[in-house]
Amino acid sequence: MTADVAGPVRSAAVRAWRGVRWYLREWSGEARWDDYLEHCAAHGHRPVSRREFERRRADERERTPVSRCC
Amino acid sequence: MSTTVSRPDTEGGPPGGTGRRRPTLKSVLVWTAVAVVGAVAWTVLALARGETVSALWMLFAALASYAIAYRFYARFIAHRALRVDDRRATPAERLHNGVDFDVTDRRVLFGHHFAAIAGAGPLVGPVLAAQMGYLPGTIWIVVGVIFAGAVQDMVVLFFSMRRNGKSLGQMVREEIGIVGGVAALIAVFAIMILILAVLALIVVNALAESPWGVFSIALTIPIALFMGVYLRVLRPGRVLEATAIGVVLLLLAIVGGGWIDNTGLADALTLSKEWLVLALVVYGFVASVLPVWLLLTPRDYLSTFMKVGVIVLLAVGLLIARPVLQADALTQFAREGTGPVFAGSLFPFVFITIACGALSGFHALISSGTTPKMVAKESQVRLIGYGGMLMESFVAISALIAAVVIDQGLYFAMNAPAGVTGGTPETAAAFVNGLGFPTSAQDLAAASAAVQEPSLISRTGGAPTLAVGISEIFHNAFGGNLQAFWYHFAIMFEALFILTAVDAGTRVGRFMLQDTIGNVWKKFGDLSWRPGNVIASAVVVGLWGSMLYIGVTDPLGGVNQLFPLFGIANQLLAAIALTLCTVLLVKHGKLKYAWITAVPLAWDLVVTMTASWQKVFSDNPAIGYFAQRNRYATALDAGEVLAPAQDVGQMQQVVTNSTINGVLQAFFALLVVVVFFNALVVIAKAIRARGPLPTTEEPAVPSRIVEPSGLFATAEEKQAIAEHERLVGAGARGRGTFTEEGPTR
Repeated sequence: MTADVAGPVRSAAVRAWRGVRWYLREWSGEARWDDYLEHCAAHGHRPVSRREFERRRADERERTPVSRCC
Repeated sequence: MSTTVSRPDTEGGPPGGTGRRRPTLKSVLVWTAVAVVGAVAWTVLALARGETVSALWMLFAALASYAIAYRFYARFIAHRALRVDDRRATPAERLHNGVDFDVTDRRVLFGHHFAAIAGAGPLVGPVLAAQMGYLPGTIWIVVGVIFAGAVQDMVVLFFSMRRNGKSLGQMVREEIGIVGGVAALIAVFAIMILILAVLALIVVNALAESPWGVFSIALTIPIALFMGVYLRVLRPGRVLEATAIGVVLLLLAIVGGGWIDNTGLADALTLSKEWLVLALVVYGFVASVLPVWLLLTPRDYLSTFMKVGVIVLLAVGLLIARPVLQADALTQFAREGTGPVFAGSLFPFVFITIACGALSGFHALISSGTTPKMVAKESQVRLIGYGGMLMESFVAISALIAAVVIDQGLYFAMNAPAGVTGGTPETAAAFVNGLGFPTSAQDLAAASAAVQEPSLISRTGGAPTLAVGISEIFHNAFGGNLQAFWYHFAIMFEALFILTAVDAGTRVGRFMLQDTIGNVWKKFGDLSWRPGNVIASAVVVGLWGSMLYIGVTDPLGGVNQLFPLFGIANQLLAAIALTLCTVLLVKHGKLKYAWITAVPLAWDLVVTMTASWQKVFSDNPAIGYFAQRNRYATALDAGEVLAPAQDVGQMQQVVTNSTINGVLQAFFALLVVVVFFNALVVIAKAIRARGPLPTTEEPAVPSRIVEPSGLFATAEEKQAIAEHERLVGAGARGRGTFTEEGPTR
């Protein structure tokens, strides 16, 4: 009987956790690495190292200033 | 909440989202209930006199009003006036390069946009405006955001999106004219410098003579540097990991500040305001020339997580603590205009003191910067532009609540300048009693002891008051004997994101300066030319640093003198943005809907021009900068020293500062008048043409992606997405090219 209740509760919690994780990874840009790997796999490219990938993204940020409001 | 879906690749039919349906019974019932809750809450707030009123009424009044505005008014503007069209590809889709043009999930973009627009402004302005009572501030924050602030943010976002993400200055130049364009460019730059100076002033006032605060804030620099190295060298790209470590270290830094309070280190960290100015200027300069990955980016992650965390915590704390309003609905200062926090009557000064949270011109720079290049679907401007600003307004309401639930004697002792409070609990208590608020020297001393600060007298600038309010709310909500911790936690959170805004603003100012001077001296415009970077950074830091110094040493109180200038400047920028929006509506042949931005523009112009007029021409020395100058200059000639100045040097300082402030004030107003009259010429031309005029809008290209419009996908939208994916194959919504980030061999 407890399993009947625990099941849906657990799956809702898992869904919520996945949602939060997805959001934070997307928001912080961490997910861009996964996108890149997926893209490389789909097009048969050999991906660069993560270090190299993140370095290029950081250098790009150097050129585009981000405004923060008052 | 939006219910219409349009499909790409189909011709004909109504443009996205203009179709109407009969509302369901459930929807009618829900919205009637929301309206009733809102009406009851507003009635309680407006009619309560003398009895105890829960602060939650303010929260409910605001939330119910936001919901109705978002559901009906924002939808009307987006679908009827702007005619957002989801069959049209956005620049993110058309120009996708995986760098700045990038199709971004609407919820993620909402987070980015909100993090960019929300800062110290919505926290500080309402605290200062609380001297007029809780009602004027609440009404302006809610009504202002619904009809002005959120409208501006959404409409600017829309027009910039239709122009591949052009900046506000660029659009004014191209759509209004070269004269208006140049005036707007100068206004944007000057206003930004002033905003940076006032933000830095708030930090200085919060940290001066507070070793605990200085210790915690100073530690944020090594923490950010560590995160930067972690993300670059140790574990590249693990942002969440690095941020989690950073947040833990940050909390330790706050706790650690309490320990050093009783050691020898405390004296070394008890810094005067002048030393803090120097520290901030050096810091600002170094931060703007260092590579962004080392300091700016990690600091930005930290400050955003802290910001969102505190806002959520504050909302939860309010619901649990359910504080009672201590301030009157309307104080005597609202009627007489003699308030000690800032001078001037309710109209126009409440409306410029509360800028961010109700209407903030600065947002127009962000709505025409990075955000429009990332929007996936046109109809999402409602969620991101309008919704993002509603969220900021909610932050402003929370800040106002924190200021009006603390003891009002303490409020005035904290926010009146040192010149009138005398700086000691005894003199401050006497002054506050004179205003008609009960308090005593013991009460004031006990309040500072509770948060372990040497003194809370004349801690102007809003941040310390907000921190006291937050610490009381959290103390009552979550228990424990942590009031001093919560106070410094709140100070830290404000200082952290003000410093991030100062870093980022200095960089943006540097780019603007290099870009502008690059028009006449090519080499200077080259962003990779090191000497150019250093010179431009030094100029920007020098400009805001000197304004900051003027504010900090002002005998009349820097916040008292500069905050009105800051508020007016921000609202003047909004006037430029709303002028542009009105011009564009008319040029697009939508004269019928021009009132949507013309009415807030008219209101904003009346407010800012009245305020500017009074600050320049008023013969009351407490309000008019030049009247103040004359008063002190005359006394100086007669060899007198007028309080609160204490010697001839301070008298001269007042004369100089008032002159500078007055000239700046007149200059800002003049720039806006130039843009406005230039715009009137264009509008007249467009009306005479009896039809749309050519604009720089990009031609429509059919969209190939399907995305929901509102926060939650409706059943129809889910169905449309599924159908689309079935037709084009899986991965149709995935991101495409990585030209800049990875080799596409």
